[in-house]
Amino acid sequence: MKPDEINFVADMARAGAGLRIDREKVYLIESRLTPVARREGFGSIREMLLAARHKRDETLMWAVVEALAAGETWFLRDRPQFDRFRDEILPALARGRPAGQAIRVWSAGCGSGQEPYSLAFMVEDAAAAVLACGVDILGSDICERALEKAQSGLYSQVEVQRGLPIRMLMRHFEKQEDLWRISPRVRAMVCWRRVNLHADFRALGRFEVIFCRQVLSVMDPDARTGALERLSQALAPGGYLVLGADETIDALGEAFIAVGGGLHQRNPAISVAA
Amino acid sequence: MPLRGTDGVRTCLVVDDSRVIRKVARRIVEDMGFEVVEAGDGVEALVWCRGVMPDAILLDWNMPSMDGLEFLKQLRQERGGDQPVVVFCTVESDPARIGEALACGAAEYIMKPFDSDILHSKFALADLL
Repeated sequence: MKPDEINFVADMARAGAGLRIDREKVYLIESRLTPVARREGFGSIREMLLAARHKRDETLMWAVVEALAAGETWFLRDRPQFDRFRDEILPALARGRPAGQAIRVWSAGCGSGQEPYSLAFMVEDAAAAVLACGVDILGSDICERALEKAQSGLYSQVEVQRGLPIRMLMRHFEKQEDLWRISPRVRAMVCWRRVNLHADFRALGRFEVIFCRQVLSVMDPDARTGALERLSQALAPGGYLVLGADETIDALGEAFIAVGGGLHQRNPAISVAA
Repeated sequence: MPLRGTDGVRTCLVVDDSRVIRKVARRIVEDMGFEVVEAGDGVEALVWCRGVMPDAILLDWNMPSMDGLEFLKQLRQERGGDQPVVVFCTVESDPARIGEALACGAAEYIMKPFDSDILHSKFALADLL
C-alpha cells in the first residue's frame, strides 16, 4: 500500500469509528484488508480503495473500517473478571433490588460473541437472589459480520478449546458436525445489536454493568474520551465498568472508582449530566 | 499436592502411539517446564506409572494394546494412581465419549488437532501451570 492509501484508510477509520491506526504498521493494515478486497470482488486493496474513494461507497467504506476494528477474543478471556462478575458484582447489584427487575449487562465491542456468552455462562451459576431479579445481556459490536457469527452461536473446535473448560463445553454447547453451537438456552439469554461506540448510543438506555475490554485502548485519545463519557452516562449510578485486566485508560477521571483487576465502579457521588 | 521429583521438576507422561505426535507434544510440554517421558500405549504407560507416578499425563485415546480410557481406569486402581492430573488429547470429539472420559477422572480434554495455545490453555485449566 502507498502512503496516500494508508492515510485514506487511517483517516476513514478515525472518522468512522474513532480508531487509532498505526500508519507504520503497513503489513498489519494489509493483512486486515486483503480478505475484504477479495470478498468484495476486487483484484487488490488498491482497486477497492479507489472504488471506495471515488464512488463514495458507504457499504464498502464500512467494510474497511470494520475489518480494522476487529480484535481478538476468546471464551472467558481474563477469567478472574468473570468470576468476580458472578460472585461480587451480580450479588451486590441484586441486593435490595426488586425481584423481576432485570440487571442489564452490556458487552460493548463483543466481536464474535465469546464475551457475552461467557457472561451468560456465569449467570447460569449465579446466586438465587440474582436469578430472582433476572439478567439481560446485550452483545454489541461495530462489525456486522462478527455479530452474525455471534448470533449463530457456532464456533470451531479451535475456538472452543481456548480458555473454555471442557465441562463448560459439555454443558453449554451442542456438537454440530465439525462445529460447536451454544445451547438454545444460553443463546436466548443474549440480545445483539450493532453499536458504534464512536457515535451516540443513548437509545440503548442504562446498564448496571458494561464490559468494554480491549476496545478503548485501540481508539484515538479524543475519541476515547468521548466514548468514555457516553459509557459513563449509559451506566447506572453504582454500576460497573469492566475494562481489560491489563488495560490502563488515563481519561477515566473521578467518575469511576477502580476496584482492582480492571473493574471500575461508577462513583455514586458524582453525577454525570445526561 | 502433586508428587514431585527429587529436584522439584514436575514430570509429564506423554502417551500416544504416534511418534510424531509425541515429539510435538514433548516440545510444548517441555516449554511449560515439565520433564517429559513417553509411552506408546496404555501398557507401557502403566509400567512407567508403577515405577514413578508422573504429575501430569497427556493421554491419547485410541492406541493398540491398551487404549487411553482403559489405562485411566486401571491407573486409578493403582497405589498413588489418583495423583496424576490426566488430560486427554485425542481425535475423539463425540460428547458422549468426552463425558465418559471425564467420568473416569480426566481433568481436561483436548480434541486433536492441537497447538501450543490449546495445550497451554488446557494445562492452565487443569491447574498444572
